[in-house]
Amino acid sequence: MPDSGHESAFSTAIRDPYVPTPGGVISAFGGVPAKRFDVYRNNVTVSLVKALAEIFPAVSRIVGEQRFADLARLFVRENPPKSPLLFRYGREFPAFIESFAPARSMPYLADVARLERAWLDAFHAADAAPLSPQSLAAIPPDNLPIARFVAHPAAALTRSPFAAVTIFHTNREERTGQRIDAGIAENGLVTRPGHDVVVRSVPAGTAAFLNALLTDDTLAEAASKATAEDAEFDLSAAIGLMLESGVFAAIESG
Amino acid sequence: MSTKTIVSAAYVAGAVAAALSTASLVTTTGAVAQEKEKCYGVSMAGKNDCAAGPGTSCAGTSTVDYQGNSWTYVDAGTCMDIDLPDGRMGSLEPLDRDLPA
Repeated sequence: MPDSGHESAFSTAIRDPYVPTPGGVISAFGGVPAKRFDVYRNNVTVSLVKALAEIFPAVSRIVGEQRFADLARLFVRENPPKSPLLFRYGREFPAFIESFAPARSMPYLADVARLERAWLDAFHAADAAPLSPQSLAAIPPDNLPIARFVAHPAAALTRSPFAAVTIFHTNREERTGQRIDAGIAENGLVTRPGHDVVVRSVPAGTAAFLNALLTDDTLAEAASKATAEDAEFDLSAAIGLMLESGVFAAIESG
Repeated sequence: MSTKTIVSAAYVAGAVAAALSTASLVTTTGAVAQEKEKCYGVSMAGKNDCAAGPGTSCAGTSTVDYQGNSWTYVDAGTCMDIDLPDGRMGSLEPLDRDLPA
């Protein structure tokens, strides 16, 4: 990078149409090629706005395509891609939505966006066989309380004070006419046991349980945290769900 | 979160045993990998699942931008079907404060 000042001026100008064509940009026809630079600049922004719409289709449907494009354009200006892989874009978009005043009438929107980002991450995560019931059955009962698990590459958990999972599904499946009570807290569990990504809502205790296991707590520690958070917590059902959904890939040895 | 509940080893072992005894479990988890296979070219027009997201072979390359700079367009969506906790409804109308310059 011999001239990083030049590069940063270029990358600033490429994202902001109000910044003049940077110096050093030349045309084969001579002069300052402002029009040609504008075309290039427009294509960069449009492709990133479109990328966001494809990563966050539920958010786009909720706010409407046009307003989504307006919101996305503001985001793009402040957040250039960090990866050359476009499907990794938009990791900061949920936080951006949260901080965006005009979107405050839809406080659930950021959590829906978090689920959508997690969905695409799960889709592109490495293939792995979920933990089999047999390998859990092979652990001696005395060792079960101290068992730890290795997270499946696609697994993610999002906790929301809003009905983020229901809103996510309703809009991804383009359903209408069904009233949603946004005030029901939903914890979203994202997994991909086979080829398909599955997003489901899990009870608070189960979410606390899985979250503890995902952060390397033992089975007994996770169970006690879950019981502390939710008196209704059903350990047996949570273990069943954990196996069925494929949150983990293996049992940690040692 | 300060409450620390003591969980006995017998309780954990019992719960695992109960979970494992659910017969359907073994068949569902064991069969997932074999049951599903990727299937291309069967999606209905306009409904093809561009699941891999942007930057992959299924993403288009539009060069036309919307000239939109207002929040007044209202597309069909479910925003108006979502009830907020304090009885307010989802709003598609932009607020006229704190707007970006």
